[in-house]
Amino acid sequence: MLVCQGPGIGSVTHKSTWALGARTKKGLLADVISTVEFSHSGDLLATGDKGGRVVIFQREQENKSRPHSRGEYNVYSTFQSHEPEFDYLKSLEIEEKINKIRWLPQQGAARFLLSTNDKTIKLWKISERDKRAEGYNLKDEDGRLRDPLRITALRVPILKPMDLMVEASPRRVFANAHTYHINSISVNSDHETYLSADDLRINLWHLEITDRSFNIVDIKPANMEELTEVITAAEFHPHQCNVLVYSSSKGTIRLCDMRSSALCDRHSKFFEEPEDPSSRSFFSEIISSVSDVKFSHSGRYMMTRDYLSVKVWDLNMESRPVETHQVHEYLRSKLCSLYENDCIFDKFECCWNGSDSAIMTGSYNNFFRMFDRTTWRDVTLEASRENSKPRASLKPRRVCAGGKRKKDEVSVDSLDFSKKILHTAWHPVENIIAVAATNNLYIFQDKAN
Amino acid sequence: MFARGLKRKCAEDEEASPAYSLQRQSLLDMSLVKLQLCHMLVEPNLCRSVLIANTVRQIQEEMTQDGSWCVPVPQTAGRASRDRLVSTEILCRSAREGARPAPDPGDPASELQVVPAAQAPGVPPGGVWDGDGPRENRGSFHKSLDQIFETLESQSPGAVEELFSDVDGSYYDLDAVLTGMVGGAKSGQDGLEAFASTAAPPPSAGCKSDLGELDHVVEILVET
Repeated sequence: MLVCQGPGIGSVTHKSTWALGARTKKGLLADVISTVEFSHSGDLLATGDKGGRVVIFQREQENKSRPHSRGEYNVYSTFQSHEPEFDYLKSLEIEEKINKIRWLPQQGAARFLLSTNDKTIKLWKISERDKRAEGYNLKDEDGRLRDPLRITALRVPILKPMDLMVEASPRRVFANAHTYHINSISVNSDHETYLSADDLRINLWHLEITDRSFNIVDIKPANMEELTEVITAAEFHPHQCNVLVYSSSKGTIRLCDMRSSALCDRHSKFFEEPEDPSSRSFFSEIISSVSDVKFSHSGRYMMTRDYLSVKVWDLNMESRPVETHQVHEYLRSKLCSLYENDCIFDKFECCWNGSDSAIMTGSYNNFFRMFDRTTWRDVTLEASRENSKPRASLKPRRVCAGGKRKKDEVSVDSLDFSKKILHTAWHPVENIIAVAATNNLYIFQDKAN
Repeated sequence: MFARGLKRKCAEDEEASPAYSLQRQSLLDMSLVKLQLCHMLVEPNLCRSVLIANTVRQIQEEMTQDGSWCVPVPQTAGRASRDRLVSTEILCRSAREGARPAPDPGDPASELQVVPAAQAPGVPPGGVWDGDGPRENRGSFHKSLDQIFETLESQSPGAVEELFSDVDGSYYDLDAVLTGMVGGAKSGQDGLEAFASTAAPPPSAGCKSDLGELDHVVEILVET
């Protein structure tokens, strides 16, 4: 995996001064990155990949002697989270690909995160060890047991510093609760429970209890032949521990209140934008399918991503979104081709910045888009080695939808649809973003003022 | 070509234009191929299957409204599944010529090439379904449909649905045991008893003889 990072500047989108900096070691990851997530303080950045590995980066402390490396992210820990499995009942493989990682809020020195593949969620503890004990009585320095009869004196072991070692250990395994593929996990604001959602069901877990989970949403029809809608994403409200939302393949979002009943099959709120009859086609439903839903940090809004746009919803208004941002409207005339090559089923994620003033999502050709909600400006940037010189600001990109292509514009037909940016993350506080482009991770930052 | 993602025809048109019918048929063929290709070692993506199946249904509905879709005569009880194969082949034989090549992964942005009809350019809407068009017009789609029916044929006719609902039913019961228990039994014994009592799923509804063949295939594929 290639990690490129460095200083950038200024407001989120204006004059796009995001920039790329120094690179870390190459060849870190051969696998496609499948999830990216900053910790709550932003000092750690976790990535999961198709091979079931988790790589965690840590932000370096500010160092006066090396000012240009302020805030660089370096590898902190690497571990194998999930292994491939075989489901003997169905004669099917269970992929080890990490679908989602979510950090728990920090409570002690150790850090905790949840990682999940299609079927099993694991709680990992990541702890540091920088001291070791020396001078044991019953064993030698190399670990061999000493003969008790030869011990003539007792000593107190001394703690001595050692090179920092970061250990990851699985603390809980939450298994066997999902028939279908897990697409989301979300930690509740009570810090004790979390939800896991698959195509048809959402389960509630207690972090301490692995042999039991509560089913809170079930949309499986009695007759599977009547199935026309699946759950695509789910999330807990950031502040209200009884509220969750889940999105569907029909472009609807349901908000549920767990206080109303044990099984949240009846929603409290139902968000759906009425369809525009003039643009109706056979692909309307597919492109309306919501691939990601995220609450704003404030908890007042939520954002949904469908194939061509990002929508911001006010939780108090169910009839339509308050904002719609076009991500790559030029693809609307190409939907049939995109259906043929399956790209139309790509699930893009989206994210808010720390102050909820900007949102970001990915596109094709290693492009990603940022929308500033206050200035209503947007920008398209590219995450690629060829086009990013270290410490130079990223140049905005433009796609030519039709007609005469201007200089520096990229025509729609030359877009590379195999280079898709599905996973992006924004630092919870600062203007630092992580963008996963296939098996490369790019970290862009603001330039120092 | 597929301007605006294959817009539906205007309400004023009484019959779909031949070009539109062609495009729509291609889309239908493509969708069925996609559903069939879901049979891989790794469990197919349910969301994708559902979306494709819904698209197929939409196309079917529109074709029914057009009159382009002939709902087949209800099957008599003793009819072999081989007959089903034949009637579906007629239904699905489009006004295409030759084998349509599989989508070229190297050129994802290319427009779909609609191969012109082997028959006269102005194929009447109903003409696709009748007569014996050239049997050698078997595209890659048709081969896929053959494969679908091979797997289905190996079971006795009428038991196909039961086979799939069987697998699904028992798994659902396992679900109920493992996940639906609020503060439920921790002991393995209770769990197993609950499972055993619901282990035999009720037999599925009888042959859906009143549905289109395509419907039948689509629904089985979605279920798997």
